[in-house]
Amino acid sequence: MSTQEANRRLVRRLVMGAVLMFGFGFAMVPLYDVFCKVTGLNGKITNTGPVAVAPADTSRSVKVRLIAVHNEGMPWEFSPKDGVLRVNPGEMKQTAFMATNPTGRRMVAQAVPSVAPAEAAEYLHKVNCFCFEQQPLMAGESVEMPLLFVIDKKLPEHIRSLTLSYTLFDISPEVSAADQTNKEQRL
Amino acid sequence: MSTLDTTLEQDTHAHHGPAKGLGRWLFTTNHKDIGSMYLWFSLLMFFIGGCMALMIRAELFQPGLQLVEPGFFNQMTTMHGLIMVFGAVMPAFVGLANWMVPMMIGAPDMALPRMNNWSFWILPFAFAMLISTLFMDGGAPNFGWTFYAPLSTTYAPPSVTYFIFAIHMMGISSIMGAINIIATILNLRAPGMTMMKLPLFCWTWLITAFLLIAVMPVLAGVVTMMLMDIHFGTSFFDAGGGGDPVLFQHVFWFFGHPEVYIMILPAFGIISQIIPTFARKRLFGYASMVYATASIAILSFLVWAHHMFTVGIPLAGELFFMFATMLIAVPTGVKVFNWVATMFRGSMTFETPMLFALAFVVLFTIGGFSGLMLAIAPVDFQYHDTYFVVAHFHYVLVPGAVFSIMAGAYYWLPKWTGHMLDERMGKLHFWLSFIGVNITFFPMHFIGLAGMPRRIPDYALQFADFNMVATVGAFIFGLSQLVFLWNVIACVRGGRKAEARAWEGAEGLEWEVPSPAPYHTFSEPPKLPESLR
Repeated sequence: MSTQEANRRLVRRLVMGAVLMFGFGFAMVPLYDVFCKVTGLNGKITNTGPVAVAPADTSRSVKVRLIAVHNEGMPWEFSPKDGVLRVNPGEMKQTAFMATNPTGRRMVAQAVPSVAPAEAAEYLHKVNCFCFEQQPLMAGESVEMPLLFVIDKKLPEHIRSLTLSYTLFDISPEVSAADQTNKEQRL
Repeated sequence: MSTLDTTLEQDTHAHHGPAKGLGRWLFTTNHKDIGSMYLWFSLLMFFIGGCMALMIRAELFQPGLQLVEPGFFNQMTTMHGLIMVFGAVMPAFVGLANWMVPMMIGAPDMALPRMNNWSFWILPFAFAMLISTLFMDGGAPNFGWTFYAPLSTTYAPPSVTYFIFAIHMMGISSIMGAINIIATILNLRAPGMTMMKLPLFCWTWLITAFLLIAVMPVLAGVVTMMLMDIHFGTSFFDAGGGGDPVLFQHVFWFFGHPEVYIMILPAFGIISQIIPTFARKRLFGYASMVYATASIAILSFLVWAHHMFTVGIPLAGELFFMFATMLIAVPTGVKVFNWVATMFRGSMTFETPMLFALAFVVLFTIGGFSGLMLAIAPVDFQYHDTYFVVAHFHYVLVPGAVFSIMAGAYYWLPKWTGHMLDERMGKLHFWLSFIGVNITFFPMHFIGLAGMPRRIPDYALQFADFNMVATVGAFIFGLSQLVFLWNVIACVRGGRKAEARAWEGAEGLEWEVPSPAPYHTFSEPPKLPESLR
C-alpha cells in the first residue's frame, strides 16, 4: 500500500472518529437523563401518578421542608403554604403553594421540582402536583396550587429530613409563541 | 488524488528554497515554515494573555476596587484563560510538533501539508474574532474560561455567539493538526524506525493527538448546544424547559479533563528529550514512559467529575472519581522517577534548556501534589473555587507546560536558527522566570486554603499581604518574558555558529541534519544512526 493510500485511509478513519465523538457529545444528553432516571440521582422526580393505598408507618416521621424559588426575572409572589411538614412514610399528605401575579399582564409559569438529598428523590411519589401543568394567571390574580404526595415506606432509615424545592419559571414568551403558531396553522 | 501526485512531483523535481514575500507564509506547505508560524503566533498570544493576567494581578494588588470595573475584571479572567489555553499553550505544542516530528522520524514533511497550512491559518482568524469581542457592546465573554451554563447562555453578553464560533474554529484547527500528526507518525517513519524506537516527544504527541480527536468534537458539541439554547429556543441547559445546567458541566469536563492532559503530555515528551541530552545518559525506562503516557491518557476519560464534587454527586460517585483521580498519580509518578533515574549518575551540565527542564520536574511535581490534595473529595468542598485551585493549575501549566515549551524552544533554537543561544541571557531569563513564577503562585496556595474565592476582583483584608506578593511576582515573571523574546530574536539574528549536533549529548535524527535545518530535510529516507538502531 502506498503512503498516500495509507494516509487517505487513516484520515478517513480519524475524521470518522471525530464525527462520532461530536455525535457522542450530543448523545450524552439523553444518556444523562437515562442515567439519572435509573440511578435516581440529581433529585429529578420521576414518580408521579396514583399509588396503592397502604397503612402509614407511624413508627417514624420524616421532616419535609418545602421551598419556593423564583427563577431570574420571575416577578410572581410564590411561597409554600406550610414551610415544614412532619410526614409518616406511607401517609398521603396534602399541601399547597400560593402564587400571585402582581404584574399588569397575563403570564404563564411552569414549576420545576427538585429533591434534596438526591437519594430521596425516588421515594417521593407525587400523586397530584401543580408542576404537572403550566399555570396561567391573569394580571393581579392569585391561586392556591395543590400538591398531594406520599413518601415511600421503603425510604432508607437514615433519611430523617428532605427538602422539596420548586423553582418557578416564566414561560409566557414560549407559550405565546406556540399559540401564535397554532393560530396560524388553524388559519 | 492527481493533485496530490503533482504536488509531490513538483516538490521532488525542484529543490527550491522558500518562496519570496508574504506568499511564502500564506501558501506554504513546509512543515518548518508552518511550525515557525505556530510558534510565533503562540508567543504573541502568550504576551496578550499575559497582559490580561497582569491586569488581573494589578487589580488584586490591594483589596478594594482600584483599576478596573468588576465586569471588565471578569472579561479579563475569561479571556486570559481562553487565550492561554487555546492560543498560547496548544498552538506552541503543535508548532513544536510541526518542526520536530518530521525531523525526528526521518520524514520529508508532514503527511498532509496542505491541511497543515489550513489548520494554522484558521487560528489567527479565530483569535481575531475572539479578541474583537472586547470591543463589542456588552463586552467580551465574562463567564470564566469554563463557561458554565446558564452563566454563558441566559446571562451571557451578546458577544457569546462570536466566542462560540471562535471555539468552533479552534476546534477544527486542533482536530486537523491532530490528524496530521497521527498520519505523519504512523505512515512516514523512516525504515527501521519502529514504534518502540520513536523519540518520546513523538510518542507523547501521538497520544495527545488521539486525545484531541476524541474530545475537541465534544467541546464543539457543547458550544453548539449553547448556541442552540441561546438562539434556537432549545433547553439543553435551561431547567425551565426541562434541561439541566449540571449536564453542561458533565459534557464540558468530559472534554476539559482530557484537555488538561493535552496541555501536559507533549511537555512530558519535551522533557524526556532534554534530560537525557544534558545528563548524557539514555532515558531511563523508555517503555514504561510510553505505557505511563498511554495510561494517563486512558484514565483522563474516567475522572472528569472531580471538577464537580460540589454539585451534588452521590457518595459512590464521589468515591469513584476520587480514587480514579488518585490513580493517575501512579503513571505520573513513574514518569517523574524515570526522569530522576535518568539524571542519577549522569554527567550533568546545566545549560538553559536543562535548567528549565529541571524546574519543570520539581515545580510540576508540586502542582501534581496539590492536584492530589484537590482529588480528595471531602476536602475539595473546602478548596473548591478558591485560589488553591488557581495555584494548582497554574503550577502545572506555567512552570509545567509553559516552562517545557521554553525548554523546548531553547533546546531546538540552534537547530532552527543555526545559532547558539547566549547562555548568560538564557540563564538570566531562567532565574527571573523561576523566581517570578514561585513568588506569583506559591502564596496563592495559602490564600486559597484560607478561603479566598477565585474570579473576584475584591477580597477580604486578611488576604492583602499575600496578594501583594503574588502581584509583585507576576510582574517579575511577566517582564522577564521580554528577555525570552530578546533571546529568541537575538538567536535568529546571529550568535555562535551551531553544529549539526548542537548539544554534546544530543541523540536522534534531528541532530543528524545541519544547523540551521535546510528547508527540505530527509527527502530521501535516512539510514538510522547507530544510537537508534
